[in-house]
Amino acid sequence: MSALLRWMRRQAVPLLVFILFIGGWEAIIRGFAVESFLVPAPSAVIVALLRGFAQGNYLGHAGVTAFQAVSGFLLGSALGIAIAVLVVVFPALERIVYPYIVALQTVPKVAIAPLIVVWFGFGMESKIIVVALVSLFPVLVNMMAGLKAVDQDRLDLLASLSASRWQILRHLRFPNALPFLFAGLNTAIVFAVIGAIVGEFVGSNRGIGFLILQANFALDIAATFALFVVLSVMGVALHSVLQSIQRRALFWNRTVEAGPGATPPA
Amino acid sequence: MPRQSSGARVAPEDCGAAALSIRDVGMVYGAGAGAVEALSGITLDIAAGEFVAVVGPSGCGKSTLLKLVTGLRRPSRGNILLQGRRVEGPRSDVGIVFQSPVLFPWRTVLDNVLLPIEVLKLPKARYRDRAMELLELVGLERFAAHYPAELSGGMQQRASIARALVQDAPVLIMDEPFGALDAMTREQMNLELQRIWQAQRKTVVFITHSIAEAVFLADRVVVMSPRPGRILEVIVNPMPRLRSLDDMLVPDFADQVRHVRSLLGGKGAEL
Repeated sequence: MSALLRWMRRQAVPLLVFILFIGGWEAIIRGFAVESFLVPAPSAVIVALLRGFAQGNYLGHAGVTAFQAVSGFLLGSALGIAIAVLVVVFPALERIVYPYIVALQTVPKVAIAPLIVVWFGFGMESKIIVVALVSLFPVLVNMMAGLKAVDQDRLDLLASLSASRWQILRHLRFPNALPFLFAGLNTAIVFAVIGAIVGEFVGSNRGIGFLILQANFALDIAATFALFVVLSVMGVALHSVLQSIQRRALFWNRTVEAGPGATPPA
Repeated sequence: MPRQSSGARVAPEDCGAAALSIRDVGMVYGAGAGAVEALSGITLDIAAGEFVAVVGPSGCGKSTLLKLVTGLRRPSRGNILLQGRRVEGPRSDVGIVFQSPVLFPWRTVLDNVLLPIEVLKLPKARYRDRAMELLELVGLERFAAHYPAELSGGMQQRASIARALVQDAPVLIMDEPFGALDAMTREQMNLELQRIWQAQRKTVVFITHSIAEAVFLADRVVVMSPRPGRILEVIVNPMPRLRSLDDMLVPDFADQVRHVRSLLGGKGAEL
């Protein structure tokens, strides 16, 4: 019971701020009679949100966007991890492969997206590929840093046991890289939702990005805001799923909350 | 098991009986004008079951000597024979205890102790009982399923001693293993190490910068000078076993400590 009370007390201030923010927003819109096609009132957004779900099309489109974001995220992350492992196990590869990856990263994905839609079509494939491209880099960079940031004493210990480079990877580098990897994954999952929307903006007939464009064309700004809410909820949900996986995978790392902590001081 | 050399019947002081034989070893880092001579003319025979402490100020090449004996580096000059075989790379017949515990935080204490078994591809199931016995020996049997972060510094170093013993290597190399511990824990660990050494009958090379620790633990104390590292003197410590902390108060002990300190010029090493 006291736990519930403590929880309520902890939530009280953020909740109050939220109510003040929404209330103030509503008051400003009404008080200054701001046109609804410029900025909608929160109440109008809620109405649009309820209507969207009641008509039954938000859920389906949200599902499409979420599917694209998650599959692209998984594909990009898997590639990022694989490239990082190869580059660290065979250091000669780093000088050959890495410049291309940096070059690819410097080209804005918004600029590549139209090409990818041309190559892979209007369907989900093109969006998944855009998302994979966006997710790849943060995972790759963090994973590489984590695989390299190993304690010299731990390397010496394994060397004294004549460990092979694969044993060093399995027993030391890979687990050591996990806190870094999750830092990259946390960035990538947020990028993934953005990537899916960018892909949908370029050309699609399904997904939240498609609905946002439609609502914009119809000057239905309340619906646009309602779709932002759907997107935010999706982003937060994906992020918290990842966080709970992270807590389980990194139970041994006490510096989890503070970000990547490669080698906790012994 | 290590091969017995064919000359096993010769007199015991012959190096054939030595568990570890260091012969005219020198080590130079770098080349040309920037070369640094870390060790020079080190010759030392250590008998099986003997406890030898190496003491000297920082820069005397203690850590270099450790890297050479464990095969992590090759000497520029001379030979090192371990169990009668020349050291040409890392060997499974040496266990190492580092300055810090060097535990892997994602493994339980038991799995940390079994790490050498996994890396050496020995049957893990067969060594599990031995690992548990060793944890009992170092007083950690109740912490087998805990993670290193849940242990104090002294407990972590005990776990690393159990790990160094797990593959039952006849030689144990210890590199200032208790340097990071507080004085009281350190004394306790010295007592425990003496007990573990008596129980396991290992040959121990114990590197330290504490004169008192060296004299308390060792059968022989090797005193080294810095830049380049040379052996100044090897002092035999005849004090009987098992030694207690009270033995540190007897005149013999104080004389030995004083002697070592005078060799080191009365500075550069802590008491």
